[in-house]
Amino acid sequence: MLTTNPQLTADKKLRHLLTIDGLPKAIIENILDTAAQFVSVGDREVKKVPLLRGKSVFNLFFENSTRTRTTFEIAAKRLSADVINLNIGASSTAKGESLIDTIDNLIAMDADMFVVRHAQSGAPHLIAKHTNLVRPGVAVVNAGDGRHAHPTQGLLDMYTIRHYKKSFHNLSVAIVGDILHSRVARSGIHALTTLGCPDVRVVGPKTLIPTECERMGVSVHHDMKRGIEGCDVVMMLRLQNERMEGPLLPSAQEFYKSFGLTAEKLARAKPDAIVMHPGPMNRGVEIESRIADGAQAVILPQVTFGIAVRMAVMSIVAGGGAA
Amino acid sequence: MSIDTTTSTQLEIRSGRVLDPASGTDQVASVFMTDDRITAVGQAPAGWKPDKVLDAAGKIVTAGLVDLSARLREPGYEHKATLESELMAASAGGVTSLVVPPDTEPVLDEPGLVEMLKRRGWTLNQARIYPLGALTAGLKGEKLAEMLELTEAGCLGFFQADRPIVDTTVLYRAMQYAATYGFTIWLRPEDAHLARGGIAHDGEVASRLGLAGIPVTAETVAIATITTLMRETGVRVHLARLSSAKGVELVRRAKAEGLPLTCDVGIHHLLLTDRDIGYFDSQYRFAPPLRSPADRDALSAAVIDGTIDAICSDHTPTDDDEKNVPFGEATPGASALEMLLPLTLKWAEQQHVPLAEAIARISLKPARILGKTQGPITAGALADLCIFDPRAYWAVTRETLVSQGKNTPWLGRELQGKVAHTICAGRIVYSA
Repeated sequence: MLTTNPQLTADKKLRHLLTIDGLPKAIIENILDTAAQFVSVGDREVKKVPLLRGKSVFNLFFENSTRTRTTFEIAAKRLSADVINLNIGASSTAKGESLIDTIDNLIAMDADMFVVRHAQSGAPHLIAKHTNLVRPGVAVVNAGDGRHAHPTQGLLDMYTIRHYKKSFHNLSVAIVGDILHSRVARSGIHALTTLGCPDVRVVGPKTLIPTECERMGVSVHHDMKRGIEGCDVVMMLRLQNERMEGPLLPSAQEFYKSFGLTAEKLARAKPDAIVMHPGPMNRGVEIESRIADGAQAVILPQVTFGIAVRMAVMSIVAGGGAA
Repeated sequence: MSIDTTTSTQLEIRSGRVLDPASGTDQVASVFMTDDRITAVGQAPAGWKPDKVLDAAGKIVTAGLVDLSARLREPGYEHKATLESELMAASAGGVTSLVVPPDTEPVLDEPGLVEMLKRRGWTLNQARIYPLGALTAGLKGEKLAEMLELTEAGCLGFFQADRPIVDTTVLYRAMQYAATYGFTIWLRPEDAHLARGGIAHDGEVASRLGLAGIPVTAETVAIATITTLMRETGVRVHLARLSSAKGVELVRRAKAEGLPLTCDVGIHHLLLTDRDIGYFDSQYRFAPPLRSPADRDALSAAVIDGTIDAICSDHTPTDDDEKNVPFGEATPGASALEMLLPLTLKWAEQQHVPLAEAIARISLKPARILGKTQGPITAGALADLCIFDPRAYWAVTRETLVSQGKNTPWLGRELQGKVAHTICAGRIVYSA
């Protein structure tokens, strides 16, 4: 049964950030505009603004991550919040504690915000529904759940695209690789379609494309050269090591041959096309080294923008939805 | 000590609308019962002196419901539900006969366990319990269970529950062995490999939510294997819980060919789809998974045209802790014994199915699959009856549900169709 969207308040403001799917365009644009104001904070002598002073942000990583956790930590600290990092995978759940019990304990420690990464799709939704019930002021930010969503990555990707391409209205964007298991791809697709991008393509072998993927508003391509033909943006995805050999793919080499981004293939895209990757990269699997380090790559700016975008998201949800 | 032969009990159900798919009766009449049998319908027998009269004016009197799948959770899962709580729930739902799958702990693969379950059920004086024995020892899919012994202990058939046999040779031999004795094998058609790791129907919703999919091919490949082996072995098979349009089509063809095949569907699969999962609502996780609207519609059409023989509750009570977790970790299934009747009525109304036809699919038809009769409501028949008000609304709440399992998508909603009395073997086992 469809109930009210748990990430929005009754008056449609952002209460939690759980997914980009179903998020109003105005909220996405507001986050990107707010992020633009934060980009310069990193260049200052004192890299801090006092927006979250006195607030406790709990980084709850039920799944390992260094990069995403670090950028959230930096973002929270630049907003002057107190940050507590918990690697839950190694503590409570290993002792058999339920997710809800863990959350209740942390709420009792007066947490103001949870940044959650979890291997199960929908885990942040469960936490948000629970906090809505027991402590409505506590915000939840999804830092990646299973295959479902990685909304801050999706937003920083949109920030990057807008930075280089100014508008979404005439863009062709290709997302390439393991779409099936990718929360980055899903968040990217929803963000692009919501922002009015008219041509979103997913490219990969049939084994790595989700069933009925077209229903998300994308076209599906299995030939990479045709898939990135005339594109303005090429978003490469990470292929997890454990999926390189098995029933989905015979080998990393064979994958690279068909779907790795090489100079030859990139030549099919527009000459000013940008190349993105959420990291960490597998050079020689998804992407050729000289492309990753080349003039068209915007992979490191993505990381920089990521901090500003996460600052924007945290400041907005901590304000109870007000921008 | 002498036995007093005058202590027979006389019960009268006065002026209800007797709706009996078995005889085609649909008329306002009184039903007269002596002990566990119906003595007369319409005209009171000579010298009738009822010990008790139930006023059924404005209500429907029908045969007791027969549920082809109700997990009672004993032995082994008493924290989820007990025989007491779930048999009370059955009575509250108008169910007088129920089939118990063998997926208990330990599993029902030993005659002693089956006998104990039957005895426990008997002493509770509620619905009749028909256990299914495990098809393989421990439901492990390796060694055959002692089917002959289990039959003597009271098993009506052999079921592999939600643990499909991986090794096709074991399945083939199990079917051959069962055919030796004319036993019926129950199988939920699901290919173990194709369903492995799956959480939701492999389609648009699962793709969007990033939930690992259980493809329709998990069902169709299994049905194709089962029907192929049926042709070789001649065994009678009951397919439990169909979920897809393509699965229905395979069953339709197998039946047309004359294979001794029957099948059922869970009531939730006739009313809900994967769209209802919404924002990861774990009350909508089922095994098999809720599939697309087109699948739901095909299941519905198959129940109407008889391809699917019966509707069951697939009652699966569980505690809150097993649903209050991420969707992929939640225990599939819903508490449903008390919802079988109102949800079947809801389905019938949506599909414009006559009331008697709908009732037949939760009484007469499932009874036939078990080789039992349910009805007709005539003199001499067993007095298993359900008396309900088809118009009365009731709120599904933690308090109104008798079952220990409060896990249902209908919690907090109102359903139409309320059981007033349930009579099993002439005893009033439930009164609202």
